[in-house]
Amino acid sequence: MKTKELICVSCPIGCAVTVTLDDNNEVVSVTGNTCKRGDSYARQECTHPERMLTSTVKVIGSRLPVVPVKSAKPVPKELLLDCMQEINRVTVQAPVHIGDVVLANILNTGVDIVATNNA
Amino acid sequence: MLQYDLVVVGGGPAGMAAALQAHEDGVEKILVLERADTLGGILEQCIHTGFGLHYFGEELSGPEYAARFSEALYKTNIDVKVDTMVLDISADNVVTAVNNFDGLLTVKAAAVVLAMGCRERPRGALSIAGSRASGIMTAGTAQKYVNIDGYMPGKTVVILGSGDIGLIMARRMTLEGAKVKAVCELMPYSGGLTRNIVQCLEDFGIPLRLSCTVIQTHGKERLEGVTVANVDEHLQPIPGTEEYIPCDTLMLSVGLIPENELSKSAGVALDPVTNGLVVDEYRETSKKGVFACGNVLQVHDLVDYVTEESKLAGAGAAKFIRGEKPAGGTVTTVGENGVRYVVPQRINRATDKDVKLYFRVGRVLENVTLTVTCGEETLISRKKRKMTPGEMEYVTLKASVLEKLPEDAKLVVSTKEA
Ligand SMILES: Cc1cc2nc3c(=O)[nH]c(=O)nc-3n(C[C@H](O)[C@H](O)[C@H](O)COP(=O)(O)OP(=O)(O)OC[C@H]3O[C@@H](n4cnc5c(N)ncnc54)[C@H](O)[C@@H]3O)c2cc1C
Ligand code: SF4
Repeated sequence: MKTKELICVSCPIGCAVTVTLDDNNEVVSVTGNTCKRGDSYARQECTHPERMLTSTVKVIGSRLPVVPVKSAKPVPKELLLDCMQEINRVTVQAPVHIGDVVLANILNTGVDIVATNNA
Repeated sequence: MLQYDLVVVGGGPAGMAAALQAHEDGVEKILVLERADTLGGILEQCIHTGFGLHYFGEELSGPEYAARFSEALYKTNIDVKVDTMVLDISADNVVTAVNNFDGLLTVKAAAVVLAMGCRERPRGALSIAGSRASGIMTAGTAQKYVNIDGYMPGKTVVILGSGDIGLIMARRMTLEGAKVKAVCELMPYSGGLTRNIVQCLEDFGIPLRLSCTVIQTHGKERLEGVTVANVDEHLQPIPGTEEYIPCDTLMLSVGLIPENELSKSAGVALDPVTNGLVVDEYRETSKKGVFACGNVLQVHDLVDYVTEESKLAGAGAAKFIRGEKPAGGTVTTVGENGVRYVVPQRINRATDKDVKLYFRVGRVLENVTLTVTCGEETLISRKKRKMTPGEMEYVTLKASVLEKLPEDAKLVVSTKEA
């Protein structure tokens, strides 16, 4: 048995969460979280950590040179910089609306990159 | 001169929520004045996610959060003028503004909501030796360059100050291929949210150096490097700890100041601790019919709380316009023993709602009991595992408790070691 101290980052409150793992690194218990998102975050973070990715892509024909984008769902943490390379290759044509997919299924993660503003 | 029931100064999240709430509460003629070319305020450049978890139960980016409100607002008959700068608010609520379309504009308002937000403390507010090389900017300015204008302000970066904007920019610059060499923080703790320290620094192996500051910048035309040094408990640089770090960009994330030049000219009382305004539970300032919300009132780190607060201001303005006046005297609030300030500073005893007292602590406090007392009586007592200056906290005071307090009572929000 061992314990791991984590800070839940599912929301900006940032509860201090303690995870107890057994000898096979399976989660035994999670304490310190104040809502159930904290529980699932802690389990996830100990097995396969993920992050939301946000950036911008170039846009042609808009009053702005770039439009902000995000991953529609979190992507594996170790793929963040690789995803950025893909995102930086994209150029879109105005008009763009919030929620439009600008890059589908990035790096075969099953996650789309979507616009987060109108341009 | 134009006539409106309510004029809202500033079209950020605070101004939009206040206007929408007043509209919902039946105020007919509402005008929102915004100096930028769109509604949304600073959220337009905050493209990271983490907004709206409390309010919408969803993790939105800044522009998405703002769009929820601007889209709702444009569906109403609320008038909006963008590219319009408010210059003055007179003693009798005449708002003077200027834009390219109307020229000089004067508006007589029954009520005014101040929602001008805040700005970043500039370099001039610090004393760092060195010439004015390019490459030194506030983190918010860098955020605008990267996220709105679409260009990178530098390749190797040192960030002074561990406020949230600095932390967010450390990650943003790293993702775009820059090398962030260090985030230096003068205090022994970070002023940013813990979540940002984990996600923006630890994830990318960016060192956070506490009790450390920049003492000199090098380079004449373009920044070439900075000298950093550790500081002692009096925040003075310790000789012998100097270290030179080559970099082409220095970003400052050293605090926000409420933008209150207009409020001063309107004759509204300021709180010397928050640099914001003194308000009651409906966010009415010291001046009748003038309300305030968002960062102009107190610097918020969560936009969700800005929205909540701004709806109060909108509802308060609607009540004022309807001619409802709270009766029964007021109580005042004050922070003591680690609690730096409390908002609202004044509460009407006969208020119709439970009141959230928002506050910040002045240093990191662990295992303390937070109390709200009135004279000898303890009204609220809560155990707190940890409170940090970076995070705004609140306790809720029941309307039924408030009503029983003596007139002119002083409520003290304080902490005790457990
Ligand atoms: C650079 C920066 C980055 C930030 N990043 C984050 C973040 O990542 N996450 C987070 O939760 N919070 C962040 N904040 C805090 C954020 O400001 C608040 O959460 C929220 O946006 C405050 O809303 P507001 O409406 O009070 O202010 P703002 O969003 O600043 O809006 C104020 C509006 O008033 C307008 N205005 C000001 N003066 C006048 C005038 N004289 N006439 C007309 N219009 C005027 C401004 O143009 C602006 O649009 C950041 C703040 C700054 C300064
Ligand atoms: S446990 Fe819940 S409240 Fe605490 S940080 Fe996580 S999501 Fe937020």
